[in-house]
Amino acid sequence: MADTTIPHAAPRPPGLRGLAADWASDQRTFKNVSWGKAMMWIFLLSDTFIFGCFLLSYMTARMSTRVPWPNTSEVFSLHVGSVSVPLLLIAIMTFVLISSSGTMVLAVNYGYRRERRKAVGFLLLTALLGATFVGMQAFEWSKLIEEGVRPWGNPFGADQFGASFFMITGFHGTHVSIGVIFLLIVARKVWRGDYDVGRRGFFTSRKGSYDSVEVMGLYWHFVDLVWVFIFAFFYLW
Amino acid sequence: MTEATADGHGATQAAQPATHSAEHQQHPLKVYLVVWFWLFVLSACSYVVDYVGLQGYLRWSLILIFMVLKAGLIVAVFMHMAWERLALTYAIILPPIAVLVFTLIMAFESDYTLMTRTTFFGAGP
Repeated sequence: MADTTIPHAAPRPPGLRGLAADWASDQRTFKNVSWGKAMMWIFLLSDTFIFGCFLLSYMTARMSTRVPWPNTSEVFSLHVGSVSVPLLLIAIMTFVLISSSGTMVLAVNYGYRRERRKAVGFLLLTALLGATFVGMQAFEWSKLIEEGVRPWGNPFGADQFGASFFMITGFHGTHVSIGVIFLLIVARKVWRGDYDVGRRGFFTSRKGSYDSVEVMGLYWHFVDLVWVFIFAFFYLW
Repeated sequence: MTEATADGHGATQAAQPATHSAEHQQHPLKVYLVVWFWLFVLSACSYVVDYVGLQGYLRWSLILIFMVLKAGLIVAVFMHMAWERLALTYAIILPPIAVLVFTLIMAFESDYTLMTRTTFFGAGP
């Protein structure tokens, strides 16, 4: 592919003038990011629209029904001994996912520092936390299904609750699961030293670099970001 | 500590020449750890809102504030948006405004749906 950027061009102005210059330069628009990173961001933008539409259809269903919405604080409560703690499992899941975001950021950082051992460790820890999250979600699903929650109805209130719940958390859980798989793949590549020697990937044939770990991190943080919105709008609202 | 040598670009990035090489987003560990800590605090805060059972506008505004702060911290620091060029930042941050407009439209729409439902089927279920 032809490189359309003039190397060593004049310094670009900062701020809005720089923005206009980048977009109007008749060259590469995203100048100092790899295209893998730019493409990941654009993919995440499209994913934002998907989750945005899920959440706003949930809002539409909830706002337009005459039947009271189930009280999520009670529906998602857990019994510890004889005490019912509201949203306990969801709170733990939130903390697990935030922890995994933190370990991911450390993995990216140690990757760029060429500290392979630590990078692999944190990547595996991130994958483990992600798998824990999915496991707890499976537990939550089976608990609700056992209590009679279905996409077409439930014993707690408005019928649309089940459909919104399974759709939104299911799609998010799928994202986490795919993320865990890719984390393991990236961890293996770091472990083998692919990114140190620039070994080409089997799928894209691109030269490997630690940039890939950061791009993986972008995806993983996005999954955490979506959970922030689901937690606020679906569980707490 | 290796932290001192880690941060090379970021604040000075805007004035750099427009070369085509990708720059690494590498920042001191302390920034990440501080943000991590605040994410935990904010999550705990939003959980407390539910735990103590706040209701009404206080509940909703607190949930929204904590949510926006968490999302902002994740995007700006963990995803490095604060250090990227504006050309990328605006290309990603601005389009979701369309979702907000869509949300507004659907809020009006569902208000109307509810009105017709209560008119024709009565208030209760």
